[in-house]
Amino acid sequence: MKRKAENEVKLTLPSRSSNESYARVAVAAFAAQLDPTLEEINDLKTAVSEAVTNCIVHAYPDRIGPVTITVGLYAGNRVRVQVRDKGVGIADVKQAMEPLFTTGGGERAGLGFAVMQTFTDRLRVRSAPGKGTAVIMEKEIRKR
Amino acid sequence: MSVRIQSDGQTVTAYLEGEIDHHTAAEMRRAIDDELQCGTVKLLILDFRDVSFMDSSGIGLVMGRYRLMRFYDGQLQVLNTSPQIYKVMRIAGLERLAVIEKGEMKRSDPA
Repeated sequence: MKRKAENEVKLTLPSRSSNESYARVAVAAFAAQLDPTLEEINDLKTAVSEAVTNCIVHAYPDRIGPVTITVGLYAGNRVRVQVRDKGVGIADVKQAMEPLFTTGGGERAGLGFAVMQTFTDRLRVRSAPGKGTAVIMEKEIRKR
Repeated sequence: MSVRIQSDGQTVTAYLEGEIDHHTAAEMRRAIDDELQCGTVKLLILDFRDVSFMDSSGIGLVMGRYRLMRFYDGQLQVLNTSPQIYKVMRIAGLERLAVIEKGEMKRSDPA
């Protein structure tokens, strides 16, 4: 999706776990103008929750840093969500995306990227160690 | 408190409430594990009827309790999962680890 967004919002929040709920609800509320079904809204909320949690748990393991979320609405009823951090970055993105791979300890399932992949149409991850990570997710909201 | 617990020493039912994410899961986990510590529990029931949202942190919560119940030689049951919750659980194949009983389609939660 190279075209310009028809409508776009950008928000930056500190990587506190108490912001997880706000982040997913904010994205869902903005995307609501495309008239999604309850299932589509839930898909989006779940995917965003995973991306933001990754920033909190992995990108900033021992400090609070900025998480920037850009939500764009595009022609063809498509929503694109970018979740960006300036944290530690991922050395091996391919490995990090493997289901069950986690550096988060016993209570983390290692399924964050698998959930993002399942609940959106397209997932891209760009990362550089020491610079940060950007997760881009796209989802088509079906016309009703 | 985001979890209400009923116990007769052998069966523990945990009624989870609200949203389960990385922020809320730790507190729920501690409350449940406190009940299991005595080691006499044979059946743990996780009831999701009042859970409006769950991400993969909930998978970690269920899988961790599954391992614990196996250690205690007991069983785990998962009740009243909404379509969204069941969809997340399916990604981890949780339906192969525990008996999951799906709930009715619930009231729609606000976006």
